[in-house]
Amino acid sequence: MKIVVCVKQVPDTAGGVKFNPDGTLDRGAMLTIMNPDDKAGLEAALRLKDQYGAEVTVVTMGLPKAEEVLREAMAMGADKGVLVTDRVLGGADTWATSTTIAGAIRNLDYDLIITGRQAIDGDTAQVGPQISEHLDIPVISYAQDIKIEGDSVIVERQYEDRYHVVKAKMPCLITALSELNEPRYMTPGGIFDAYKQEITVWGRADLKDVDDANLGLKGSPTKIAKASDKVRKGAGEKVSLDPDESVSYIVDKLKVKHVI
Amino acid sequence: MDFTLSKEHEMARALFKEFAEKEVKPLAQEVDETEVFPRATVEKMAKLGFLGIPVPKEYGGQGCDPLTYAMCVEELSKVCGTTGVIVSAHTSLCCDPIMTYGTEEQKQKYLVPLAKGEKLGAFGLTEPGAGTDAQGQQTKAVLDGDEWVLNGSKCFITNGKEADVYVIFAITGTVEKRGRMQKEISAFIVEKGTPGFTFGTKEKKMGIRGSSTYELIFTDCRIPKDNMLGQQGKGFNIAMHTLDGGRIGIASQALGLAEGALENTIAYVKERKQFGRAIGAFQNTQFQLADMATKVEAAQLLVYKAAMAKATQKVYSVEAAKAKLYAAEVAMEVTTKAVQLHGGYGYIREYDVERMMRDAKITEIYEGTSEVQRMVISGALLK
Amino acid sequence: MNLEEYKGVYVFAQQVDNEISSIAFELLGKAKDLAKDLNTEVTAVLIGSGIKGLADQLAEYGADKVIVVDDPELKDYRTEPYAHALASVINKYKPEIMLVGATAIGRDLGPRVSARVATGLTADCTVLEIGDFPLQPTPGQEQLHNQLLMTRPAFGGNTIATIACPYNRPQMATVRAGVMQKITPIKGAKANVEEFNPGFTPDNKYVEILDIVKAVSNTVDIMDAKILVSGGRGVGSPENFKILEDLAEVLGGTVSCSRAVVDSGWKPKDLQVGQTGKTVRPNVYFAIGISGAIQHVAGMEESDIIVAINKDADAPIFDVADYGVVGDLNKIVPKLTEALKAEIAAAKG
Repeated sequence: MKIVVCVKQVPDTAGGVKFNPDGTLDRGAMLTIMNPDDKAGLEAALRLKDQYGAEVTVVTMGLPKAEEVLREAMAMGADKGVLVTDRVLGGADTWATSTTIAGAIRNLDYDLIITGRQAIDGDTAQVGPQISEHLDIPVISYAQDIKIEGDSVIVERQYEDRYHVVKAKMPCLITALSELNEPRYMTPGGIFDAYKQEITVWGRADLKDVDDANLGLKGSPTKIAKASDKVRKGAGEKVSLDPDESVSYIVDKLKVKHVI
Repeated sequence: MDFTLSKEHEMARALFKEFAEKEVKPLAQEVDETEVFPRATVEKMAKLGFLGIPVPKEYGGQGCDPLTYAMCVEELSKVCGTTGVIVSAHTSLCCDPIMTYGTEEQKQKYLVPLAKGEKLGAFGLTEPGAGTDAQGQQTKAVLDGDEWVLNGSKCFITNGKEADVYVIFAITGTVEKRGRMQKEISAFIVEKGTPGFTFGTKEKKMGIRGSSTYELIFTDCRIPKDNMLGQQGKGFNIAMHTLDGGRIGIASQALGLAEGALENTIAYVKERKQFGRAIGAFQNTQFQLADMATKVEAAQLLVYKAAMAKATQKVYSVEAAKAKLYAAEVAMEVTTKAVQLHGGYGYIREYDVERMMRDAKITEIYEGTSEVQRMVISGALLK
Repeated sequence: MNLEEYKGVYVFAQQVDNEISSIAFELLGKAKDLAKDLNTEVTAVLIGSGIKGLADQLAEYGADKVIVVDDPELKDYRTEPYAHALASVINKYKPEIMLVGATAIGRDLGPRVSARVATGLTADCTVLEIGDFPLQPTPGQEQLHNQLLMTRPAFGGNTIATIACPYNRPQMATVRAGVMQKITPIKGAKANVEEFNPGFTPDNKYVEILDIVKAVSNTVDIMDAKILVSGGRGVGSPENFKILEDLAEVLGGTVSCSRAVVDSGWKPKDLQVGQTGKTVRPNVYFAIGISGAIQHVAGMEESDIIVAINKDADAPIFDVADYGVVGDLNKIVPKLTEALKAEIAAAKG
């Protein structure tokens, strides 16, 4: 079985957020981590590899620096890494991003594609389902459990008040929730091995069946009109009272705000 | 000269740091308070290969360099000195001599499970009457047929009782050296559970309280002849060479304790307010922190240099001695200052610096006191 | 693409088990405002099996027109037949705006449909308004009017961005539950219903639903909760969360927690608020015994009202709290529960 896992290098939001003059994110200036949902997706793939045997290829799109998440993924146990990077791909929204990644994945053999549900920088949850649309394969979002049965996957698909047990023929795409599992750590030796391996680097020319009009900032239907650091609302009131007074204080405030 | 770490080392540090923060730090206070060996943590580390970092892959290890190993002990010790020394004693004092002096059979039988973390290792040199003076050994081994018969005791043994495999030193005869009769010392590998091998009392310590420190007792303990480690009579050299490596581990532990105390203190002085402003706003605090940070970095450079020397040099006694001497004294100084800057809160157990100061003291004592390190360093200077 | 052909504000009227989800009414409320600004109509798109009868409800909440796609293939939500249905509606009716709830269904359906009809989609919007793009006249760039401006937080609430979709149609957005206001229903309103069936031919993308397991109450998604009573390490023990549960119950809220609580094994991870947990935006967020590490704050500072109770007067949680109370949670919380109980009973009585 061949599994492709899409991961994204995201800014560690604990480290603060920086912008380019055009309102897009200055990713180069921020500390980065592997997106948590993607890491859960990778862990799911590695567990399928442990259980059924599989070749796990990790694909990321980003700046050359995004190579780091591929190394990390390989240090956790992924077999191969593909970095899709090109100036013309910069500033992409979810449509252009999914078009690009689909163009890269068309070069690969796969039975299963796993992406994270959403990235902590954008929180859109769009790229996974959009990749599946571009590749014309089924998608199962919000997976909380994944099993393989013959040429099908059986997935517990989470909804707000229920889950569906869904069966889909492979190839198919699954988006993973971070609740799916507790991702494994890398191993020290795995880190050094990961840096000895070759990483495949693809640019625009390597993407299969994609139109320039659908790539990068230009190919993005959504445009940023304005972006800014959120203005924190700052501290409100703080009181130090005895318990009974504290209770009356809270109750009064909730009344004023029409909560009760 | 380039002081930047490779990407591999940076990533390895990130791994150790994440593990330490998530898995070790939450238990550090409890481990200290209850003096219970953190078995579950050791098992987690075993699974991730942390117990065989510098051991070659063909022997079940991670195949990394001594610097990676030093960084592991450093990061663990930043949050828990106990966890740091468990790894250090296991790796430097048990895996390392078997890797260096063991036969292929011994490596397969002992090193592989040790490196995989299926077994834990310890090292027995110190005796009640033989600490710094290793020649004062009393434990004897006598060959009887195909077996060595051990009698005697070892004290202050880290990982004692918890470990499965012990590298033990004993007198196997006397030799004439420069016209004087001297004890001939040899090294052995002894398994827990061997009849005649028992444990004495558990030591109650000032710091690193979760590490298991026991007396080892050998009473007609018979071990196979094949369990001699290295050549007969080479025990003293094996012990000294092993301790050179061990000192890098302890230096890393000391470094981690100092870094941990510094980090805690920086966070504290930003929050703690006195006279209406954060105590970090006072110049006394700022200058203290500057001194602490400078010394910590100097210690780190010495420790990393020693680790690199172990990777590239046959002999690295002086580098290891300098690293341990300096890192240990910096650990003591920085943790003490950290407690002072915490004021009354630094003296209570709720705050980590209290434990770190107690943990730091041992780094000036074990695996060669600071005085021994000075002897090693000055000895090389005046040779 | 002739953008002028696209007219009207459309809402995907999500239903589950033939019951319209509250989000559909909320979206209709917003759609009405937008339609007014654009001088156009609000159309609800109702997709399911045996759901025609629900159309009038949508009219009561503001739909001028309801397009019904009713087919047995659409009984329970599956991505493909629903995406086919909605994409077919878009291709046929050409809406200028298409709003979808940011629910577990909408966040799957929205991207799949947007990719199919080749337009942009802005996720989890908190503000939708009609305006110009670019916002200010810009030399060398035509300023377009009557654009849907979609504002959304990103980076766990650290940033806020306003997004337009100027050159593609429809302009698609998803909106989280609880963000938009529904209108007071117009009793007896009747919808102008139009039935449409694009035809459904199952293929490999029609996944098979083997089982549907309805969850019991303990899996309430904290992201949907209006009131969250969140506890931190300061609560002291898993047992002591009882006092938080009691408070939550009185207010019809849900209990959530900080990472320290999850790390200690007191509560499951799906209740964790924060950078590595969930980002929540309830009407009221009680932070009880939570110090307020930045990672936690990132996940809850968007809450409308934040009430913090902590014994440490210097705890950073007070920097984001609207109402901070320095004190012992063990003394305050049970009394607060009793007081609220009395207040609510009095209000009802």
